[in-house]
Amino acid sequence: MKELAVGAGAGFSGDRVDAAAPVVKTLIERGGPAAIIFEMLAERTLAFAQLERRRDPSKGYEPAIELQVRPILADCIAHGIPIVSNFGAANPRGAAARLQAIAKDLGLPAPKIAVVEGDDLSDAKGAGIVAKYIAPEFAGRPFASANVYQGALEIAEALRKGAQVVVTGRVADPSLVLGPALAHYGWSMTDWDALAGATMAGHLLECGAQVTGGYFADPGMKDVPGLANAGYPIAEIARDGSCIVGKAANTGGLVDARTVKEQLLYELHDPAAYLTPDVVADISDAEVTVVGKDRVRLSGVRGHARPATLKANVFFEGGWFGEGEISYAGRNAEARARLAMEVLRERLAPHLALRFDLIGVASVLGDDDGRMFAATPVGHATDVRLRVAGTHADEAVVERLMGEVTALWTAGPAGGGGVRTAKRKRLSTTSCYIPRELVPARFAFVE
Amino acid sequence: MTAPSKIIPLYEIAHGRTGDKGDRSSISLIAYRPEHFAILVEQVTEERVAAHFAYRRPAKVTRYVLPRIHAMNFVLDGVLDGGVNDALNLDMHGKALAFHLLELQIAVPAP
Repeated sequence: MKELAVGAGAGFSGDRVDAAAPVVKTLIERGGPAAIIFEMLAERTLAFAQLERRRDPSKGYEPAIELQVRPILADCIAHGIPIVSNFGAANPRGAAARLQAIAKDLGLPAPKIAVVEGDDLSDAKGAGIVAKYIAPEFAGRPFASANVYQGALEIAEALRKGAQVVVTGRVADPSLVLGPALAHYGWSMTDWDALAGATMAGHLLECGAQVTGGYFADPGMKDVPGLANAGYPIAEIARDGSCIVGKAANTGGLVDARTVKEQLLYELHDPAAYLTPDVVADISDAEVTVVGKDRVRLSGVRGHARPATLKANVFFEGGWFGEGEISYAGRNAEARARLAMEVLRERLAPHLALRFDLIGVASVLGDDDGRMFAATPVGHATDVRLRVAGTHADEAVVERLMGEVTALWTAGPAGGGGVRTAKRKRLSTTSCYIPRELVPARFAFVE
Repeated sequence: MTAPSKIIPLYEIAHGRTGDKGDRSSISLIAYRPEHFAILVEQVTEERVAAHFAYRRPAKVTRYVLPRIHAMNFVLDGVLDGGVNDALNLDMHGKALAFHLLELQIAVPAP
């Protein structure tokens, strides 16, 4: 049996929309069984999609479907390359309808599209389940939405039944890759080592360019050729679950031991226990071996029995977030920016907790409580940008913060420029673990 | 007699990447050269990393060692001001924290 190749066309909502075409072209030229995934659903992305669906029930799926899928749909269907993605977000059926419309528009016969559901716990029944498993301090908070992480099995079953596109909501990111591998090799759901190997292949692919030189380049230390045109990754997954990661042909970027190690450990906690709905993966003894130019093998991943519970992310209404910025430059700029900060503090501090940044002096490495900022000596920076941020349950208070930054135009220190203000609704979050039998996954074909 | 050594930032011999889940940051630290891995293991301890991130008040720092890939993984609990949805930081994920870790000073044998 020829090995399965799985490519990644996107690694987050907002990723490049021209990355998938070279991946598909490479898969076609390789021949043999293949699939392409689009991972587009961060925790926050889904929570905001839930809010959007509430405003408009036809929405709440990933709008970038249009730009991501249209260019590759015909080729994927013609060459039997299934598309697997969580771009269904809060509305997989809405996404499926959109895909059917795109196919029709392209003059293609209606593709066989499956949706995976069961992850959404935002209705009254779901909220009731969640309420039993979240920590007591969250009880009574204004519930917004909840989704449970589902696994690869339903994706695999849909593919075995001929799905050309599988649209999911919340599934564990690596399950998007394990699904096609499971469909291809027919592993038992207790073949833990194979499941874990393909899961880690999925982990390497799930962030797109992050394994092919993206999020890696550091001039002089970690140089990446052709970063502007970095190719997106393709993993050839073997029957034992090990894989060789490469990238789309005739692209920039880089796959080497360093890029693979950085992505292998990305967002991992205990490397011996990477928990997914499908398996507990263990990379304690995994090996990363360069086997060719831009080709790296990952082997030696072990697997342990899958967890009895599934993780759910739960979101609550979190009030409003607001921020404002203003720049000062030239002689004595830092002192003027610090004076502006004191003005804002005097006028706003009674109303809400504030975070200040002096961009160019002390900013992102600092903490929200300002300990690092307070410990940063006053200097003589000549090009700095003051930022203030705060949150409040009441939108009007956040608007007042923005208004006070705006007023610095005329009432603040000399020479302030480039005021920008912004506000957005905020969601706060927690997670909990729910016995899997309470939240069964399912899939269905949609016309 | 102690062998002569010089003090350098980790940056010169290791690379890494930050990830986040909720209020927890995970930072990988990977030796460029296998022969430097033992130096990392010996000197980049949980205690030193906790002290290096003191402003973030980590509730706990846990180190995991991966000798086969010459890497370590640090998990810092409670350092993201509530995490991506709650933090007021411009960098609400704490993406920049790996490069802060790489500023940690270590001693290497003098050439």
